[in-house]
Amino acid sequence: MAYTEEELKKELENKEYEYGFYTDIDSDTFPVGLNEEVVRRISQKKNEPDWMTQWRLKAFEAWKNMEEPDWANVQYKKPDYQAISYYSAPKKKDQYKSLDEVDPELLKTFEKLGISLDEQKSLTGVAVDIVMDSVSVATTFKKTLAEKGIIFCSISEAIQEHSELVRKHLGTIIPIKDNYFAALNSAVFSDGSFCYIPKGVRCPMELSTYFRINQAGTGQFERTLVIADESSYVSYLEGCTAPSRDENQLHAAVVELIALDNAEIKYSTVQNWFPGDKNGKGGVYNFVTKRGICHNNSKISWTQVETGSAVTWKYPSCILKGNHSIGEFYSIALTNNHQQADTGTKMIHIGENTKSTIISKGISAGQSQNSYRGLVQVHPKATNARNFSQCDSLLMGNHCGAHTFPYIEVKNKTAQIEHEATTSKIGEDQIFYCNQRGIDSEKAIALVVNGFSKEVLNKLPMEFAVEAQKLLEISLEGSVG
Amino acid sequence: MEFKEKLLASHLALEEKVDLNDAVHQTRLESLKTFEQKGFPSPKDEAWKYTSLNAMVRQDYALFPKAETSIELKKVKKYFLYEIDTYKVVFMDGVYSPFLSDTTHDGLDVCLISAALSKAKYRNLINTYFNKITNKEDSLTALNTSYTLEGAYVYIPKSVVAEKPIEIIHFSTGKEKALWLQPRNLIVVDNNAQVQIVERHQSLKKHSVVTNSVTEIYAHQDALVDYYKIQNDLSTASLIDNTYISQEKNSNVSVHTFSLGGKLTRNNLNFYLKGERCHSTLKGVTLLEDRQHVDHYTLVDHASPHCESHQDYKGVFSEGSKGVFNGKIHVDRLAQKTNAFQQSNNILLDDKATVNTKPQLEIFADDVKCSHGCTVGQLDEDALFYLRSRGIPKKEAKALMTYAFANNVLESVELPVLKKRINKLIAEKLGVNLGFDL
Repeated sequence: MAYTEEELKKELENKEYEYGFYTDIDSDTFPVGLNEEVVRRISQKKNEPDWMTQWRLKAFEAWKNMEEPDWANVQYKKPDYQAISYYSAPKKKDQYKSLDEVDPELLKTFEKLGISLDEQKSLTGVAVDIVMDSVSVATTFKKTLAEKGIIFCSISEAIQEHSELVRKHLGTIIPIKDNYFAALNSAVFSDGSFCYIPKGVRCPMELSTYFRINQAGTGQFERTLVIADESSYVSYLEGCTAPSRDENQLHAAVVELIALDNAEIKYSTVQNWFPGDKNGKGGVYNFVTKRGICHNNSKISWTQVETGSAVTWKYPSCILKGNHSIGEFYSIALTNNHQQADTGTKMIHIGENTKSTIISKGISAGQSQNSYRGLVQVHPKATNARNFSQCDSLLMGNHCGAHTFPYIEVKNKTAQIEHEATTSKIGEDQIFYCNQRGIDSEKAIALVVNGFSKEVLNKLPMEFAVEAQKLLEISLEGSVG
Repeated sequence: MEFKEKLLASHLALEEKVDLNDAVHQTRLESLKTFEQKGFPSPKDEAWKYTSLNAMVRQDYALFPKAETSIELKKVKKYFLYEIDTYKVVFMDGVYSPFLSDTTHDGLDVCLISAALSKAKYRNLINTYFNKITNKEDSLTALNTSYTLEGAYVYIPKSVVAEKPIEIIHFSTGKEKALWLQPRNLIVVDNNAQVQIVERHQSLKKHSVVTNSVTEIYAHQDALVDYYKIQNDLSTASLIDNTYISQEKNSNVSVHTFSLGGKLTRNNLNFYLKGERCHSTLKGVTLLEDRQHVDHYTLVDHASPHCESHQDYKGVFSEGSKGVFNGKIHVDRLAQKTNAFQQSNNILLDDKATVNTKPQLEIFADDVKCSHGCTVGQLDEDALFYLRSRGIPKKEAKALMTYAFANNVLESVELPVLKKRINKLIAEKLGVNLGFDL
């Protein structure tokens, strides 16, 4: 049977969240609400040193005086920050010696997700630091990494064991007063990942963390800090899936990357939080602040595949401070049903001969709204700055919207900035061309969507590319062959 | 007294000059209220992020010139397209200058809006068109509306082709030390009619003048409107130009803006495509030096299917000049088969020059072709070297390349005299004599 776009649209609308399930683990959860006491208790619970507690309190103080931003092209009911529990951790906090000791419920969850720990361990060579509602419960391959001097652990562990390193860098890229959500995160972050690559070390494997929001009614506030010392290299993966929930859940993460001279950080994200059902009920609010700083000759590359969340507000950015530094941003944002995404990047050119590339692909279906919002800024001293930006949007049906808001600010005459954006639908002639050659419409749509996203998918590490492809498949079920 | 307060208070003085029973006085009062509420835009408004009026409105301006001024034709002749015969509507410090003008009621109306507002036979037209497509929320437009007094009124009846171009020229003479002008133009082009219009604002002496102009253009079915804005004012003159264009089925409207001088120029150019198969062209050349500032703020609202819009803005910025381009394309859900194109190319010649651009696409229909492109760069070193190695001096080589860069916009100018004039202006700006026309 020929597969028409009409049918595809229908199927898209009817598609339910496939990863929607809920793991039943006893949790140690704080009562709802946020005040100074809660911030202190989170800090206490995690046995943090005094400077950390003070830092959190300062952030909380700042947050209290800030207003939730509303400039983004998204509409949602503002969450009640006093109706959220700010801490939730699985009760069994013993260190596991082997996988057998891990809660079988948890293992089942991973199985459903297709990330069996054994498989990860033995086959893929990926060290997984799994964050299950805020506290990391399993860390693998630590030993191998330790031999190289690489530190890869949860941020709370890092605060205990590498206090000085964390203290020196935490909040330097994204200050606590940076924005509303970053301030909130700084005050109440429960856990996250910390990674340090020593001088001249090339991290032998892809570091990866799987986040899941699990406990009903808890906000997830992740904090990630990645430091690549001089001439080092690391590829970091972050992936998310969340269970089906009716009430809106809040996710306000902060990710800071520091690439010292000649270092390179590759940060890849696959985000598939619960997007809400087809009537736009429920779903995760994803308000994330991600930023990296590049010193001389260093490079930061952000790659993201955004398929989930009811509301996305996310702008991974690069501050190209060092001379000859490079920033890259590759993104696929897919929205369906009532999803809204306002995402993009900021490239701040400060150093000389800095280069940046932005490739953004937006796919909107159903009644979703997909926006690209980006800034390319060239400071007066950024001689020979170079930027290339490309934003393409694909629309399916006439109930969705695609928007672009690229800001370009140039203060140096040697800068070369290019920006282009297109919006289109899957052309009838493209489908016809394929039909003519014996490819049915379903496969043709798959081909076009795949081709449309290829430039970004190609940038993902192998393991992730497979998962990303899978997510696009789920989101555009029946169309990807 | 702050200037805003003065504007609100001086409105009483305006009431002595206008007929309080005319068709629009109620609109004037309502608009004044809007302005009172909103005040002048500040850089905190997203639409005014890169252009600040703070310094401008901190000053004081005269709102009504004390005395009428007449001036000899030979002194201002160079600002007219004197080589050809044209209809002219000329204003001196906001006051109509019958001596310099050449208006008509023969077959078409080229006259004054004050006449149209007060005469009963125009009442129907005024009720249908006056202040109907303007953005009621825009404070500067509201300010202009509240002070509606004088401006050009053009009506081209059904199937009439205006055989001469129309020149609308606003002079400021410098008799007032600081002057705030608010001309209001209304242009209605009926079914199948055609018109060419050239608009110019010019100060004759260095003095502080701000023009807050509003022009409404209605292009009916199959109408053809060709509009040119020449902005080559002295370095003391500022211009806020608000142009609203409504297009019906099959109409074709193009607006060319040449921003070659002036202290601060803001062009709010709004196109509303209300009928099917409209064509819209928005083109601009900006050539700035010194501390000049030009802000192009365009909106193309595709509300009907099968329309085409084409935007092409070229900017060359030297010394401490600043260029802003903010282009918004809005495609309604009903506007299937839209073809919208937008391009903004900029060349920075100096480290102190700045370019800020923000193209925006907002698309709600799926079967559309929309694209925008934006570049910021410099003149190609290799090409410069190529020209110089063939004996062309650096200055000329640079000028040649700038010409080539702007040519896309110049080539679609339909008035040969005007094209020649613009060419000359650009050559003057670049300080060269190329000895040929493009």
